[in-house]
Amino acid sequence: MKKIKYSEITPEKIYKNRRSFIKSLGLGASSLAISSISFLNSASAKNRDELTSYKDITTYNNYYEFGTSKSDPYRNSQIFKTTPWEIAIEGEVEKAIKLSMEEISEMFVSEERIYRLRCVEGWSMVIPWMGFSLSKLLSKVNPTSKAKFVEFESIYDPTQMKGQRYPVLNWPYNEGLRLDEAMHPLTTVVTGLYGKKLPNQNGAPLRIFIPWKYGFKSAKAIVKIKFVENMPTSSWMWASPREYGFYSNVNPNVDHPRWSQATERIIGEGVWAPRVKTLMFNGYGDEVANLYTGMDLKKYF
Amino acid sequence: MIKYFKQGVFVLSIIPFVLIVYKTFYNKLGPEPVKEITHFTGEWTLIFICLTLAMSPLKRFTNLNFWIKIRRMLGLFVFFYATLHLFTYVGIDYRFEWQPILDDVVKKKYVFIGFAAWLLLIPLAATSSQKMIKILKQNWKKLHKLIYVIAIFGSLHYIWLSKTIFFKPLIYSLIIILLLLLRIRFKKTT
Repeated sequence: MKKIKYSEITPEKIYKNRRSFIKSLGLGASSLAISSISFLNSASAKNRDELTSYKDITTYNNYYEFGTSKSDPYRNSQIFKTTPWEIAIEGEVEKAIKLSMEEISEMFVSEERIYRLRCVEGWSMVIPWMGFSLSKLLSKVNPTSKAKFVEFESIYDPTQMKGQRYPVLNWPYNEGLRLDEAMHPLTTVVTGLYGKKLPNQNGAPLRIFIPWKYGFKSAKAIVKIKFVENMPTSSWMWASPREYGFYSNVNPNVDHPRWSQATERIIGEGVWAPRVKTLMFNGYGDEVANLYTGMDLKKYF
Repeated sequence: MIKYFKQGVFVLSIIPFVLIVYKTFYNKLGPEPVKEITHFTGEWTLIFICLTLAMSPLKRFTNLNFWIKIRRMLGLFVFFYATLHLFTYVGIDYRFEWQPILDDVVKKKYVFIGFAAWLLLIPLAATSSQKMIKILKQNWKKLHKLIYVIAIFGSLHYIWLSKTIFFKPLIYSLIIILLLLLRIRFKKTT
């Protein structure tokens, strides 16, 4: 599956205009009341590569630091302070460094990167992120020969993050990648979306995004990146090692113990849209499958 | 008097249904509407299970018989909301594609126990009429003790499907356990 180019995707505005045009066609034949019933004019599934609306992307989030319900992050993150912000890159490196957000935005140019997001819960979005490859940021340090994995640590600040006052997960949120996964060009440092600054509820000021893995692998509000020798234990692995593996690649053939991963729902499609088949590596197999040659993905889930 | 009371309970019990139909057809369910309907109908099933189980303890405490008069209706609403819940999953979510549904029932314990609970509700709904009570006599009481099993299955269904946040499923389980314990005590004292 090839990467979706921006030109191939219908922008939100045009999409909406198209919808209202279709709706207005219906007006002649049916009454206003009937045409406003969703069932009658959105029965077909929309293209799975169409952008998810800004509203859905920014109000429907899993970000337990701000609360466990999907609407909590939007509600509880508005006062979150993202300046000043510093990211430490340390561990198995010749010389550890600290970079401020200002330095990072001066050093790296963010480009638009449209990727599908597949949540382990069985829903997906298409998001126009702004960002750059993590490998560029990591190249600012020289890892030692011991460095095999990269660990990401999110901010711990229960005064600002309500959810951290409860032991829902072992805070701070922790995630990790194998070094080659972290260096892969698709692994992205995200600083914005829809051409705007990254909203707090989406992981401001800086998060990572790994398009071929379930969403929870993409840690938000990162303060520390650490090169390590041994495979890190992520927060979700701590919570339930049987259900959340280190790799967590999107894989329709390996079920989560409690639910199937064969299909997904596309956010914003409405009640009457069907589920769609989940793609291996979330559709990025051409780019990333070679990272896992010879590995039993059922065992290393 | 009891007639109006019953009618009032019926109207109140139908409100969640009217609400979810309205929200469904007017797109008021947010970005993941199918999940919303599933959770909504599932939760109301549990609420009606708790209400149904609360009637005989209430009768004991208040010495009023009308609690028992509305119990049948509340029980039928358990079946009604449970069926909507199942239909949302089978019909709206999976569009009657039986293969993935069967896979779920066999492989996922929370789906299995939820489905089992719904199956157990069928004989109860089918024998809810006055006529069936007369036909079944003593057996009717025995048969309808199944609601205790259904209640336990229902709360397990909710616990097992929850990710890491067990607060609400635990509340329902505690209420159900409490309501069941009240019965054990009654038997010993009477």
